[in-house]
Amino acid sequence: MAAKTRYELKPGLATREAFGKALVELGRQNKDVVVCDADLSKSTYTAGFAKEFPDRFIECGIAEMNMVGIGSGLASGGKIAFVSSFSCFVINKGFEQLRVTAAFPNVNLKVVGTHSGISIGEDGPSQMSIEDLGLACSLPGFTVLCPADEVSMTALIHASAAHFGPVFVRAGRAKAAVIYEAGQQFTIGKGIELVEGSDVTLIATGLLVAEAIRAAETLAAEGISARVVDLHTIKPLDRDIIARAASETGAIVVCEEHLLDAGLGVRVAQVVSETTPCAMEFVGIRNTYAESATPDELLDKYGLRAKDVAQAARKAVARK
Amino acid sequence: MLKTCDVRELQAICRQIRRDIITMITAAKSGHPGGSLSAVEIVTTLFFDVMKHDPANPKWADRDRFLLSKGHACPVLYSAFAELGYTPKDQLNTLRKLGSIYQGHPDVRFIPALEASTGSLGQGLSLGIGMALAARLNGSPSRTFVVLGDGESQEGQIWEAAMFAPFHKIDNLVCIVDYNKIQLDGFVKDILDLSPLAEKWRAFGWHAIELDGHSIPALQSAFAEAAEVKGKPTVLIANTIKGKGVSFMENNPKFHGVAPTEKEMELALQEIG
Repeated sequence: MAAKTRYELKPGLATREAFGKALVELGRQNKDVVVCDADLSKSTYTAGFAKEFPDRFIECGIAEMNMVGIGSGLASGGKIAFVSSFSCFVINKGFEQLRVTAAFPNVNLKVVGTHSGISIGEDGPSQMSIEDLGLACSLPGFTVLCPADEVSMTALIHASAAHFGPVFVRAGRAKAAVIYEAGQQFTIGKGIELVEGSDVTLIATGLLVAEAIRAAETLAAEGISARVVDLHTIKPLDRDIIARAASETGAIVVCEEHLLDAGLGVRVAQVVSETTPCAMEFVGIRNTYAESATPDELLDKYGLRAKDVAQAARKAVARK
Repeated sequence: MLKTCDVRELQAICRQIRRDIITMITAAKSGHPGGSLSAVEIVTTLFFDVMKHDPANPKWADRDRFLLSKGHACPVLYSAFAELGYTPKDQLNTLRKLGSIYQGHPDVRFIPALEASTGSLGQGLSLGIGMALAARLNGSPSRTFVVLGDGESQEGQIWEAAMFAPFHKIDNLVCIVDYNKIQLDGFVKDILDLSPLAEKWRAFGWHAIELDGHSIPALQSAFAEAAEVKGKPTVLIANTIKGKGVSFMENNPKFHGVAPTEKEMELALQEIG
C-alpha cells in the first residue's frame, strides 16, 4: 500500500525553539501565563518571553527544586505557570517537587524539559535526559507530551495551557524535520497515523517520528507496507490507535530517543498485551548512558536511525 | 468561632486545640504530638487573630494563605480548621483512618480549604513564594504565612527558597520557624545543628525576629512588625518547646512521633485543663 502522504522532510526548528515562540504567543493571549527558568533561558528559548513580558518571567537561578515549588505555588495562586530547564535537571532535580506539589494535589503546572535525549550531542551524558518520559509517566495525573516537530510543539504548548492539570512537555535541542503542515489539528491523547500500512506499524515519538517515516519508505521499496503512527502523547496513551495497529498489522516497532527500560515502548507493550498481543520490537537506548559526539554520530552509534527502525521492522514481520 | 485579639480568649482556644491534638492522636494510635503541640500558639494566633480568611468562603481570592510545611504537625491545623468551621469537629477522632478527611499529612484532595498537600519536608517555603508572587502579580493584598520545622530546615530546598525571596523583595511573605530543638532521631544540636539560626536568615537577607513562640503577645507583636517591613520578607524564629503543655512530653524526643497511651492521654488532658 502506498503511503498516504509523500513526505519531503524539510529541516525545521528545534522543538525547544518552537516552544519559546509558542510561549510568546501564549503570553500575548493570556496575561495569567507566567514562566520560570533556572538560568538556562537562552538555551530553553524562554528568553523571548522574558524579553517581552519581564514582569511575568521569574528567573530562579540554578535552583530547580525551588523553581518547581514556586511554579506550583504560582499555579495554586491561579496562574498558568510554565517552568522550564534542561529536561534532565527539571525532571531529576525537581522530581520530588513535581510529585508532592504538582502531581499529588493535581496542580495546574506546566513543565517543559528541553535538551532531551542524546541528540544534544557534545555536552555529554550528564546533560542528556534519557529517563524523563519514564519518570514523568510515573506521576499519577500527569499528562506527558513529546512533540516531533515545530508544528506539533506549537499546537501542543497551546493545548497544554488550555488543559487543567500538570503537564510535562519534552523538547529537543537538535533541529527537527518538519512533519506536519500548518493548521494540523492535535488533540492530547490522540495519536496521528502519518503513513498507511498493513504489514507492520512503526509507533514513534519525538525525533524518531521522522526516522520512522524514512524507514517506512525504505521498507516500501522492499515490499513491506509499514504504517507510521506519531504518539505525541505518551500519557494518557491512545489505546485505540495501538490496539488497531496490533490487530490490523500484527507487528509493532516502538521507536523513541529514551531508555527502553522506562519509556514509550514498555507502555505500548502493556496496551498490546492487554488488547491484541502481537510481535513487537523496540528501538531506543539500551541500558546505557551515551557520550560526547555530534548528534548525528550519536544517533548512528546508539541505533536510533531509520536503518535501525527498518531492521527492527523486518525482524518483527519475520516473527509474525 | 469568631476571631479575637484578646490574649485570654486565644489562650483558651490554645487549650482546646491541645486537648484535640492529644485526643485525636491517641484515637489514631499514631501521629506526631510533640511538633503539633509546639506550634499551637503560632497557628492559633495566625488563624484566630492575624490572618484574613473566611471559613464561609474558603477560596476567597484575596484571602491570606497558610502553609504547614512541617505537614506531620497537621493535628494542630485540623483542630484549628474544625474550631473555625472549615471542617467537621465531630470527625477529628477519625484522624489517619480509612476514609477520613483528616489524613496522616495534609491532603488537599480531602480538605480543599488547605492551600497545599505537605508532608515531604522542605517544600512549603517555595510554594509560599509562588503564592506570594501570584498575589503580587494579581495586585492582591493577600499575604502568605509558612510554618517550617527546625529539623525541616536541614533540607537544601529551604535555603534555595531563603535565597530567592529577599532577592525578589517578597514582602507579602512571612516564614515562621517552629524552633523546638528536637527532631525524630533526637536533639537538633546533636543531629545537624542549625545555630546560629537567626543569623543565617539575616545573612540571606530576611528581616528576622527571635521570640518566644508560646507567647501570644510576642507573636502578635512580631506579626504586626512583619506587616510593616517592606522590601524584604520576614522570618520569625519562634523558640518553642516540643510537646509544650504536657509535662512528660516536653523536650522529650520520644513524643516526636509516638501516640500517647489511653492513660497518658488522661494525664495530659488533666494537665492541659
